[in-house]
Amino acid sequence: MPKFFYKRKLDEIEEKARPVHINSYRQLVWTKFKSHKLALFGAVVLIGVAFFTLLGPLFVEVGYEDMDFSNLFSPPLTEGHPFGTDELGHDVLVRVMYGGRISLFVGFASAVITTLIGTIVGLLSGFYGGIVDRLLMRFVDVMLSIPMFPILITLTLVFGSGIMNIILVLTVFGWMGVSRLVRGLVLSIRETEYVMSARAMGVRNGRIILRHVLPNVIPIVIVSATLNMSYAILAESSLSYLGLGIQPPMPSWGNMLQRAMNYILGTTTGTNPWWLTVFPGFFIFITVLNVNFLGDGLRDALDPKFVSES
Amino acid sequence: MKASPMVEIKNLKKWFPMKSGFKSKSNLKAVDGVDLHIYGGETLGLVGESGCGKTTIGRTLIKIYEPTDGEFLYRGGDSSEGGVDIFSLSESKMRPFRREIQMVFQDPYASLNPRITVHDIISEGLRVHSMGKSREERKSMIAGILEKVGLRPEYMYRYPHEFSGGQRQRIGIARSMILNPGLVICDEPVSALDVSVQAQVINLLEDLKHDFGLTYLFIAHDLAVVKHICDRISVMYLGRIVETAETDQLFDNPLHPYTSGLLSSIPVPNPHMRKIGKREIVKGDIPSPVDPPETCRFVKRCPRAFDRCCKESPSLREVSDGHFVSCFLYD
Ligand SMILES: Nc1ncnc2c1ncn2[C@@H]1O[C@H](COP(=O)(O)OP(=O)(O)O)[C@@H](O)[C@H]1O
Ligand SMILES: [Mg+2]
Repeated sequence: MPKFFYKRKLDEIEEKARPVHINSYRQLVWTKFKSHKLALFGAVVLIGVAFFTLLGPLFVEVGYEDMDFSNLFSPPLTEGHPFGTDELGHDVLVRVMYGGRISLFVGFASAVITTLIGTIVGLLSGFYGGIVDRLLMRFVDVMLSIPMFPILITLTLVFGSGIMNIILVLTVFGWMGVSRLVRGLVLSIRETEYVMSARAMGVRNGRIILRHVLPNVIPIVIVSATLNMSYAILAESSLSYLGLGIQPPMPSWGNMLQRAMNYILGTTTGTNPWWLTVFPGFFIFITVLNVNFLGDGLRDALDPKFVSES
Repeated sequence: MKASPMVEIKNLKKWFPMKSGFKSKSNLKAVDGVDLHIYGGETLGLVGESGCGKTTIGRTLIKIYEPTDGEFLYRGGDSSEGGVDIFSLSESKMRPFRREIQMVFQDPYASLNPRITVHDIISEGLRVHSMGKSREERKSMIAGILEKVGLRPEYMYRYPHEFSGGQRQRIGIARSMILNPGLVICDEPVSALDVSVQAQVINLLEDLKHDFGLTYLFIAHDLAVVKHICDRISVMYLGRIVETAETDQLFDNPLHPYTSGLLSSIPVPNPHMRKIGKREIVKGDIPSPVDPPETCRFVKRCPRAFDRCCKESPSLREVSDGHFVSCFLYD
């Protein structure tokens, strides 16, 4: 029977292709990702940071609001305060752990949402062109020209400054860059001969977008998502500074850093509490850095052309 | 065979509107009134310098570009007796013809999506046109066509970047041929390839044509490539056809001055011959296709132009059996 014949022949073909090529796409990506040492390092560090912030608080009895009045501005390694304390006697280690939860959540959530919105807008705008493109891009222009801070102030006055409001604001004002980037890329992909070939064969637009256009913008999207995550973590700290971000006593890495700025030239008693800047600053730094390493590795791993050495 | 051509293209126009400041109505007339006919089972060569509109014709025929004007009558496959005008079909009525009419693209690098496997590249058309009942069956069809185009079946699991230019072009050819087309438009299918593999790919196309009973519109930018594979040749200049004839006719008795120019610019293999033959190379560059004046398009470069050529535009006329030319010398 022909069916049996197909089966045997296909098995034979797969057997020949197996050693290298028949790995599923997921396996392929994973193999390549593993060989990207920096990305692997980034992933490990980020997992470490995530565990530290999520599980750390379970091992200490002190809360982020608890104050130790006998220890104000204590330097690191003081009895019971490995990272020292701030002007109110808050334990810095505890606040870095709790603050990390918020900063990571704000950063991750706004990066994911801005990237999603930006990618969808960019795909539609670039692919369909014409009136769709003009409307969407004028909307982007409008969004870019709206001054963010007056809106922010109004929003916080109306809704208060909760985490969700911060994420909302960061995403509403954060997707335009991605959409322009994606649109530009889609404009050139749309004119490639492989897209024409799909059109010529009668492949529907939705499928062309998902199958031919999207996979080719994903690398750029991933890199810009990691940049957006870094941006959101940093933006949250500027918002805190204006009293619009996460409000004390609830900590975020951003507002810890901002408050520490008050003492950057030393306190009235003459000490310089450098630990108030260094610890949250260090965590922001390694998070942002390793998110970018991770993004780089993902971009390369998702690209079939990228052949890993080793 | 001469009775009714399988493909008849009448007065095909494709203008690209240009936005140029305040001069609002500027048009780049890439294709401006082209008539072509192709008989079933033959290879028609379409030859002209780069930029004269060959690719635009191909892309307009498969409706990647919306035609500005003209008719495209198709009588192949399961179209009705009198033929259908492809250009007047809605996208849904057009579907069967998106299988029936295929295109092989010029650039073997740009024409394959770098992010999907050869299997996925080739199976896409099968799925769109509901060919092959199961995944297994489609796979074996793909294995079959890969063998047919001279590639190993297990290559279906690879990505395009793992192949050479010639192999990529074979993949592109497989993608078209698996759909069992009637008409295949080959847009300079070998011009981007190494000279050493050009002949192999051309031979492949000829074999496939023979085995599958195909009809080709074969686009090329010089006459040397098409000489051996085309039954008839149409020569194009700046958006118009200047001459159409059977290949032997065209080479032995070129009528249009532009055709003569092209013929004499084919490098002669024998160095002794080269000294003897007087060479009438076409001088100058191809003029701009943006709002060209209503004269003969070739007048600026024509060695035999006379006053009438600057006043009106000649049309394509049959001057002897099957030999068409668009030139006032033969009026
Ligand atoms: N999509 C397009 N938009 C605007 N102009 C185009 C487009 N495609 C081709 N052209 C112009 O049309 C003319 C013919 O191009 P083309 O058909 O690619 O020529 P050929 O394939 O013979 O080299 C050129 O002047 C080219 O610049
Ligand atoms: Mg071309």
